[in-house]
Order: sequence, then C-alpha cells, then structure tokens
Amino acid sequence: MTATVPPPALQGGRVLPPATDAAGAPRRRGAGGRRTAAAVLIVLTAAAYLLFRTDGAADGNGAAARFFDGVRDWVDANRDTSPFFLYGVNYVRLGVRLLVDVVQAALYGLGFAGLVTAVSAIGLVLAGWRTGLLALLGFLSFGVLGLWDESVDTLVLTLSAVLLSVLIGVPLGVLAARVRWVGATLRPVLDVMQIMPTFAYLAPMTLLFLIGEPAAVIATMIYAVPATIRITALGISEVPATAVEAATALGSTRWQLLTKVRLPMARTTLVLAVNQTIMLALSMVVITALIDAPGLGQNIVNALQRVNVGAAFDAGVAIVILAVVLDRITTNAARQAGAHRTRRQRQWRWAGAGAALVAVVATSFIAIDPGNLPQWSAAGPVNEVVGWIELHWYDVTEGLKNGISAGVLDPLETLLVTTPWWLFVLAVAAFGTLVSGWRAALIAALAAAGIAGLGLWQHSMQTLATVLVAIALTLVVGVAVGVFCARHDRLATAIRPVLDAAQTMPSFVYLLPAVALFGASRFTAIVAAVIFAVPPVVRLVERGVRDVPATVVEAAVSAGSTPRQLLWKVQLPMARGGLLLAANQGIVMVLAMVVVGGLVGAGALGYDVVAGFSQRELFGQGLAAGLAIVLLGILLDRLTQGFHNSKGPRR
Amino acid sequence: MRTFRTTVAAALIVSLTACGGATSGAGEDEPSAGAKGTVNLAVNPWVGYEANAAVIAYLLEKKMGYTVDKKELKEEIAWQGFETGEVDVIVENWGHPDLKKTYIEDKKVAVEVGPTGNEGIIGWYVPEWMTQQYPDITDYKSLNKYANLFKTSESKGKGQFLAGDPSFVTNDEALVTNLKLNYTVVYSGSEAAIIKAAQQATAQKKPLLFYFYEPQWLFAKEKYVRVKLPAYTEGCDKDLKKVACDYPDYKLDKIASKKFADTGGAAYQFVKNFTWTNDDQNLVSDYLTNQGMSADQAAEKWVNEHEATWKPWIPA
Amino acid sequence: MAPMIAVTDLWKVFGPRADRIVGTPLAELSRADLRARTGCLVAVREVSFDVEPGEVFVVMGLSGSGKSTLVRCLTRLIEPTSGEISIGGESVRAMNAKRLRDLRRRQVAMVFQHFGLLPHRQVLDNVAYGLEIQGVGRAERHRQAAEVLALVGLDGHEQQYPDQLSGGMQQRVGLARALAADPEVLLFDEPFSALDPLIRRDMQAEVRRLHAEVGKTLVFITHDLAEALTLGDRIAVLRDGELVQVGTPEELVGAPADSYVADFVRDVPRSDVLTLRWIMREAGPEELCEDEPLSHRTVIRDAVHRVLRAERPIAVVDGTRRLGVIDRDRLLPALVSHHRQVPA
Ligand SMILES: Nc1ncnc2c1ncn2[C@@H]1O[C@H](COP(=O)(O)OP(=O)(O)O)[C@@H](O)[C@H]1O
Ligand SMILES: [Mg+2]
Repeated sequence: MTATVPPPALQGGRVLPPATDAAGAPRRRGAGGRRTAAAVLIVLTAAAYLLFRTDGAADGNGAAARFFDGVRDWVDANRDTSPFFLYGVNYVRLGVRLLVDVVQAALYGLGFAGLVTAVSAIGLVLAGWRTGLLALLGFLSFGVLGLWDESVDTLVLTLSAVLLSVLIGVPLGVLAARVRWVGATLRPVLDVMQIMPTFAYLAPMTLLFLIGEPAAVIATMIYAVPATIRITALGISEVPATAVEAATALGSTRWQLLTKVRLPMARTTLVLAVNQTIMLALSMVVITALIDAPGLGQNIVNALQRVNVGAAFDAGVAIVILAVVLDRITTNAARQAGAHRTRRQRQWRWAGAGAALVAVVATSFIAIDPGNLPQWSAAGPVNEVVGWIELHWYDVTEGLKNGISAGVLDPLETLLVTTPWWLFVLAVAAFGTLVSGWRAALIAALAAAGIAGLGLWQHSMQTLATVLVAIALTLVVGVAVGVFCARHDRLATAIRPVLDAAQTMPSFVYLLPAVALFGASRFTAIVAAVIFAVPPVVRLVERGVRDVPATVVEAAVSAGSTPRQLLWKVQLPMARGGLLLAANQGIVMVLAMVVVGGLVGAGALGYDVVAGFSQRELFGQGLAAGLAIVLLGILLDRLTQGFHNSKGPRR
Repeated sequence: MRTFRTTVAAALIVSLTACGGATSGAGEDEPSAGAKGTVNLAVNPWVGYEANAAVIAYLLEKKMGYTVDKKELKEEIAWQGFETGEVDVIVENWGHPDLKKTYIEDKKVAVEVGPTGNEGIIGWYVPEWMTQQYPDITDYKSLNKYANLFKTSESKGKGQFLAGDPSFVTNDEALVTNLKLNYTVVYSGSEAAIIKAAQQATAQKKPLLFYFYEPQWLFAKEKYVRVKLPAYTEGCDKDLKKVACDYPDYKLDKIASKKFADTGGAAYQFVKNFTWTNDDQNLVSDYLTNQGMSADQAAEKWVNEHEATWKPWIPA
Repeated sequence: MAPMIAVTDLWKVFGPRADRIVGTPLAELSRADLRARTGCLVAVREVSFDVEPGEVFVVMGLSGSGKSTLVRCLTRLIEPTSGEISIGGESVRAMNAKRLRDLRRRQVAMVFQHFGLLPHRQVLDNVAYGLEIQGVGRAERHRQAAEVLALVGLDGHEQQYPDQLSGGMQQRVGLARALAADPEVLLFDEPFSALDPLIRRDMQAEVRRLHAEVGKTLVFITHDLAEALTLGDRIAVLRDGELVQVGTPEELVGAPADSYVADFVRDVPRSDVLTLRWIMREAGPEELCEDEPLSHRTVIRDAVHRVLRAERPIAVVDGTRRLGVIDRDRLLPALVSHHRQVPA
C-alpha cells in the first residue's frame, strides 16, 4: 500500500507546499484600503527620503569588524589550549577527518576498475540495468575527461557529508515530525540555514575547523542537512493515520510503531531525502574548494582564476555527470523501494548483489590507470567559441552592461545608499506589515537594523541593489519561459533536461561564462545570478500555470477569452501562489549568487567576504559581511515568504 | 598519490583521549620526512608564483624522486596551512610582516627559507600610449584631471582604478581616499582579469589605471608605465587606514613549515637553495600563459635550457 | 420557425488518427471493438437533433455516454470530428477563431458542473468577466453584472470571493456569469450534480423561473432522470455516444424506444408523468359519463381523486372533442404497474 508515495515537491531542498494550495489564494477583503495605505506609505517614504537623505559616505570603521577580529585572535591564541577546542571542536574535526579518511581509503582502495564496477553494480542492483549502464558510462567518462582523481575526491567529500547529514538529519527529522516542540524549534533554525548563502559560512568554518577537508565536509553538511531533516519529517508525518491507528490498536509500543510502521511506510520519501541531500552536498562540496577542499571545485576555482572558460567546462561536465549518476541511482532506488517484490524476485536481487560484490572485489585487483583511456576535452573548442563571442559581440555585451548599470543599477544603488538607515528600517517595517503581516515585518525590520549595526551599510545596500535588479530580471525571464513551457508541451519536454542539468551545477560555475562575456563587473554577477536562479523559477511558474484547474480554463475559453486574455486574466493571477513562491526561491538563490560574484568584481559584501577569508587584516570585516548577508537573506525571505503565506488559503 | 591517514587518525583519537584533548594539528599528515616523501606545495593565484612552483615541483619529482602535492590556495590560507600541516612550503612570499609575526614568531609553526632572488614591485600602472597622449598622467597629482577618461559602468561616476584578486594585499582604497583622488577601486577578481584588461587597454587604446606588479611576463610583451605616488619611506604604510605612499619594493622569499624545515631533508635543502631572476620567472610564466603549456611542460622546457641555473640547487 | 440549434450527423472520435474512421467500415464497429482495433474511442456517434427557440432540450445518459462531449462540440470547445452544427442559422464549423469567440461571447453561454469560477476574483468580477473580455467599461459591466446577480438572488454578495460561498450560491454565480452577456442559448453541463438534493431542487426551480422570465433556448445535460423530466420540453437519451430516443417526457416514460431507455424510466412513477391520454379507453356505445370532462393533458396523479370518487367513467377531451373515457379499472393498474403502455 505504500507503492506510490507521491514525491514531495522539492526545490533546492525546500519542501514546497502543493501549488494548488497557493493557486487559489485570493486577495481578501480590504484590497481597497490596502491600496490607499500603500499609496500613503509610498508618499511618506519618498518625502522622508527627500528630507533626510544622506550623502552616502563610507561607514565609520565598524565595531563589529573589530569585535570579530578579536574573536579570531582569541581563537588563534587558544586553539591548542582552550578546553573548548581541545575537547570539543578539535575532536569534531578529528572525527570528520577520520570519516573522510575511511571513505577515501575505501574508494581509492577499489582502484579505477573496482570503483567503476562498484558504482555500476550499485546502480544495477538498486535501480535497474539502465541506471547501472548509466553509472558505468558516467564513471568511465571521468577517466576520459582526465578528471578521475578530482572526481573521486569530490565523491569522497560528498559521500562523507551525506553520511554525516543522514546520521544527524534522519533522527532529527523523525523527532521533528513526532515531537511538537522539536519541530517548532527546528523550523526557524532550518529556515535560516536554508537562506544562508553558502559563501557566508566558509569563513567561520575555517576559523573553527581550519582549512581542508573537515571544514569542507562540515560546511557541506550544514548546507545539506536541512533538506534531510525536512524531507524525513515530511515522510514520517505523511504516514497515514489509519495505519498507525491500526498498529496501535494491535498493541505496538512507540518504538515498534516507529520501526515497523512509520519508517517502513516512509521509506520512499526517506530515499528521496537522501537523494536531495546528495544533490545539495555535491553542489556545496564544489564551492568548498575555496577553503582548500580537493576535487573538481579546484579545477573550477583555477579556471576562474585564469578566466579560462574551457577548463571549467570539462570540470562542469564531470560535475553534471556525477550529479546525474547519483541522482538516477537514488531516484530509481526510491521508485524500487516502493515496489513490491515476490519472494523469488527478492532472491534474485540477493543473488545479483552477491555476484556484483564478487565482481567488485575481483576487479579491484585489476590495476588500470585512467590516464591510459582515450582522452577528450572540450576546453579548446569552448574557448574558441568564447573568444569568438568576445570579439564579435563586444558592442552588444558592453552596451547591455553599461545600459543596465547606468540606467537601473546605479540609480537604485544611489537611492538605497543615501537612505538613512533608520528610514530603511522603518520602511521595511511599514511595507512588511502591509504585505506580510506584522510578524514577518518585525523580523525583517530587526534584520535591517542588524545590518545597520554591523557597520557595512554602504556595501549592504549596494549588494541589495544588485540583488533587486537580478531578481527582477530573473522573474521576467523565468516567468516568460515558464509560461511558454506551460503552453507548449514539446518545448517543455525539450527544456526539462537542460533545467535539470542547470540545477545540479554548483552556483559558481555560472560565473565563468558571465565573466567571459561581461568582464569583471556587478552586471557579471547579475547575469550569473539570473542563469542560476531562472531554472527553478521556470519550473515553479510552469507548474503554477499548469495547475490552474482545467475546469476554470474551460469556463474562461467558453466565455470567449482570447489566449492572451486567458493568460493575463486567468492563468497568471491563479498561478500567483506559484509566482510568489518563485520570487521567494529566486531571491534567496540570487542573493547567494550575487555574493559569490564578489569573486569577479561585483564588489560590496561579496568582496568583503572573499577578502575576509583571504586576508588576515580583513577577517573581521569579512565575518561581519557574512553576517550582513545572512541578515539580508532573512530580510528578503521574510518579506517575500510572508507575502506568500499571509494570503494563502486557510487550511 | 594519496596517503592514507586512517590508522594514524584512529590511533590519534584513541591516544589523545587518553592524554587529554586534541590539538589543531592532530590527525594531519605527518611531515614528509626523509627522501621519497610527499611535499605539500602551496600554489598562490598568480602566474609568477606558478612558475616558481612548476620548476620546483618538476625538479623535486623528476630529479629528486619526491612526490609533490600542489594546493591551490590564496596567500593567507596557505599560511594557515602551516598550522594544520596541509602546507609544507610557500615559494613566493610578498612581505606579509603580520603573517610572519603570527606564524613564525608567535605560533612558531613556520620559518623563513630565504629569498627567491626575485625583486617584487607593486604599483599603479597605465598603458604606455597614455603617457604619450597625456604626458603628465604618470604623476598622481594630475590623476584627478583625467578621472573622466577612466569612467566605467562600475566606477560610480568617478574614474575606475582596477585592482586584482581580493586576496592580494593592497593599499589602493586607502591611497585613493588619502590622496583625495576622484576614483573608485574596482576588483577584477583575478590576475588573469587584470592582464586581460591591460591587454585590451593596449590593443584598443582604452584608458586604464590598474594595480600591477613585477615580475610579470606581460612586461616583456607590452609596455606599461608606473604612476608616481608619494615615495615609500620606512614605516609610511604602518597604519593601513592612513597610507598615503607608494608600495615598497619587495624581496620575495620562501617560507616553510617548521616541521618541514626540521625533517624535510634534501627537499627542504633544495627549496632553500632555490633562487633565480625575474627574467627566469617571466620566461616560465610566458610558457605557461601564452604557449599553452602545462606546468610540467613549461618546467621541463626551462629545465632543459637552464641546467647551469638549477644544478647548484640540488643538494649533494 | 427555423431551429435555434441544428445538429446533423455529428461525430466525435477521440484517439490517434481519429479523422480516418468516420465514413469507413470501421465506423460500424461497436465502441469496445473499435477501441480494441484502433485505440480510438467514439464519444459521439452520428447524432442529429434540432432545438427550437425557447425550448428546454435535455440530454440524458449514463456517465461516459458522451453528453459532455456532445455539448462541448456545439461551441467547439471540443472540435467535432465530422458533421454539421448550426446555431441561429449559421454554421459553427465554418467559423474562424474570431467569429467563434464572438459566438461564445455573445450568443452561447455555458454553465459547468464544477462551476469554473475564478477564485481570485470577487463575485461581481466573476460575473462581469465575459463583459470585461469584450471590452465593456468597468462601470458599465459592474452595473450589468449587479443586475444579473440580483436576478439570480445574490444581491449583497458582490464583494465576496467564490470560496466564501456555498456550492449552491457558487452555481448561482456561474448562472449569473452565463446570463450576463445576454446570450440567446444557454448550455448546462450537469450544473447541479455536485449539489445537495435540496439545493438541487431549489436550483431547478430557479432555472424554470429564469426560463419563464428571460425565455432563452436551453440545452441541459443531466444524468438525473427526475431533473430531466421536470425541466425538459424534450429529452434526448444518449447511449455510448448514440442517440437512442428523442421525445417528450411522456413519450419516454410511456413508450421507451428500447430496453436501455426502459431501464432508465422504470422507477419513474408513471402516474406522475403520463397523462390520461395514455390510459383512457374508447367510450362504450351510449356509455354515460360524468358531467365534467377531464383534459387529455391532465397528469394521471391529478385525476386520481376525481376518478376514484366518480360513480361513472369520466370523459377525456381535447377542447370539446371527446377522445375517450377513464374509469377506476383503467386508472388503478397505472398507479401500480410498470408494464409498457401504448397510447391509444
Ligand atoms: N479528451 C478525451 N480524450 C479521450 N477520451 C475522452 C476525452 N474526453 C472524453 N473522453 C471519453 O469519451 C467518453 C464520453 O465522455 P463524456 O462526454 O465526458 O461523457 P459524459 O459527460 O456523458 O459522462 C468517455 O468514455 C470518456 O472517457
Ligand atoms: Mg460529463
């Protein structure tokens, strides 16, 4: 009876509410009053701005930065003496190091032939022969791309982080679903963790755990574990009450209920949780190259350093292949986990598993050097294409960049930077209350005040301006493509794999094409952010539009609507929930990407963070900037998420 | 090649629990003592450094039988690596008195291993064609006059000063403020990005004022002229917020971890002996950047042609 | 008078290459056989009927018999496979997209089983939707919509959202929306089957009242025989996409064309539907009747009282012409029996 648990709707590890809930969210009474209030507020804000605007001069030296410098000095001085480190942090680091070493020893111990066989066998046994074949070809291709060692290193870190996440996340997820207060406490924590741009917590990681694999694995775990917890909790809470009731009536203990009813019935969802954890971990592991984690990320960092798109392309391809193989193995395993098997089938599976094990052990003794495989690389052709574009599209790209920078970005930036901080906080509170209710507004306003307190006002506002422009572009592009996909099935089918691949890429791969086209500028970060955030927006929009009930569409058509009227008056308004969700998702992703843009001249907070973990003098400022980014994330998330929730249907 | 530290780490956990607490270096690679060990070589993000690293790694591996593990790290992160044991040597260090104080004097996890022989210069540069068109542009006092030339989408209506990788130690923002220059510092993000901008500035006669340094292969191809800032005097860059003078000249040097110095044997001795000239480095950098050679190919070519230079580095 | 709607040989086949079936021997196959042979499904098979202006035409059949498909073919919400449809004398199949939209906007409106209201719009704006897309100004369309809302008894609910209304009220909104553009024809696709029985009866009464007031042509789909009998001037019975019988309620009950229809009407109390015409007999020679005759249109049930109390048979007349007589012996079987009867 558990054969088909519908896969929970997931985006970037967030568990989305079903779109139908959102689709019907009507605007409630008082729309008129709200409009007047908004108008009054806008006028008031504009007036206050004109009266009180500042010259936007640089901030005084932040006490926050000095404070963090002090923290850093203390940590440095006490790393080998304070009990907090001797008996706490350092052991965590040692334990994680041990885990990484074990996984590494296992994978390297298998050797090239052994590992390829092992992965194919796992694919075959867990997910069927197609997946097994895919795994075989995929892993062989790492050798062909000349990226075998790097790919295995990435796999080692990913698996270590996933193991940790599952060890921590599954029990927490079960608790969150079963114990009310645990769930309630975890929710805001997970929210914040998922909003936190990856970049912001690299520096604190190095402070506590130094550079290297342990810090990388822990950072990755922090990034991935919210998804593990959330989806596990979802799976457990989705177990039908009737089954639990029946088992209780038979006299099961709570523990028996968990192990014999809840966990088995939720197993499809649990496998999906692992799947999501893997995908998230993979994209984060690549980013941790910035704190000296080995693997494919190093190739991408290098390529970025040398503005060599082609070199990054190979590594990007390897990442996508790794992601696709891991994804297919786990999703198909999830599907199979739901299937029923006869006794005979089960025996076959065991036999297959045994045979596979023998094969793996046997092949692990075969020494093959992946370097001897035929080698292939896309670097040359890709660089030629990039060179051609640079040469021939220069005027277009330059015009686009300058147009958007001067026409939109600069005025917005000036506006925000010259707004006194208290006015900004007040405006956030007022508009927040209007669109999202006072609770969300309060949190957002506190976050805004916190940003002001960090002494990085100017940089924060610059980053905010870039984020706002990027999210606007993302929504325009995403909605257009999403609507298009919703109306043209064939196009949607063609685009879907592209979106899939795009979503498995770690964010900063997108910097490269953007840098190649637009050089070092804020616009580069905007372009990368748009590329990064558009795929999920397209999906959400497409789903939102497709989920508009056929009966409503039919009624509108039968009233004589033109296709355009149908779109603007029926489908888009009804997909509003999906659109807002898309805005919310998009904004968090855009922020993450704009910050990474600090690597390529987007400046502001992103630069502070990058400089912070590469320069001792700037460490404190970098940490403060990281915190400012998190606060910005909370602010933007609350404003948009609140918007979405407050008008949601009463459940 | 990989070294498996599993057993070491496991044993360490057990033993450390017994004797009270884990230190930050626990569980990391044992120093690569003795012959045929592994040398962990930090690689900082500029091509000159890579040239040093390429040749050193090549000689260590091909002529001395070591294994070299290259680690792409930013400068300061590489220094942190001395503490964790991830890094054995840095082979081109630009000053960093603060880091030296922390890691060499205070923590005693690193030691100086002497100069590389390269002279480092950091400064503000413009392409040569600009000095012909605007002869006084090489004096910082007239920069404000020309600020308009350097306007870009990123410079907020002022002139743009293009800086490099955020991890490079720079005084540019302070200089702009303290010299009252009407400029905005924009970070290109990497050495490659500056070089690209510089090449474009020369080829397309686009105005560009940028942070740059020698040794640098690009100077062998195209001419760039340094802008005169107020001269450097000892201690004028003490307070980073108040700097109003040019960058000092650097004697680039090598740094090694204490462990490596104590137990590195021939490899350590070799690193200590390594010195060459700016021209040598520029040559290898050119191979790397413009001849499309890999680090090993570039090093091999240079090593084949300069036996006299490197022979004395190899300890007897 | 020309029919309002004329349908001739209408086919609708779903499935791959559906257009290759009509007119070939394949078309002769039964639904199930054709499906097995070609994967195509005949939803509507060679249907012809006319609907007169002002008539209430009911289409009835079991679920899956093709009612919804048929009614959607009328305005080409579903594209017919072959056949002719004309509305108001104009061929619907010949219309281009623009003319077709115009037909849907002004001439033919539809009421749906699941209402199809726009949840993000207030009731008033839902009703005004049709006018809005025709480009009617805001004030004007709101005025008209408010009028129609009053007509269906929903004044005072203009500013509410659909999900704040009960099912019955929502369908009133659907009705108002259909009426708003003042169309000549209203199509109903099982409009009340999602409603509670009590509310359903109210709504049926509402439709009767509206029909009396505004006098439109109605095509009404239902699978509920009682509903068909109360509303329909004529009823068409559909089975597996084929028209089995078209006739007045009496004709259906009194003379089902085949066992399918007979099954349908079996449980209908005949005395509620049939008129005296169906059970009277020839008057015997010189037979004495009661003074007051009964009209031949009188439904049996309404005559029971008098016939049972009468001493003598009662004459059944059409105006002044005597058609036959009715007495206890003829009446009683009709009150209890189910067997087939043939009009005299
Ligand atoms: N779009 C479609 N594609 C294929 N078959 C359909 C489609 N719509 C309806 N049908 C089939 O046509 C038959 C008639 O359906 P319908 O007109 O909805 O019946 P009713 O309204 O009388 O219940 C059913 O068997 C249904 O499955
Ligand atoms: Mg139907």
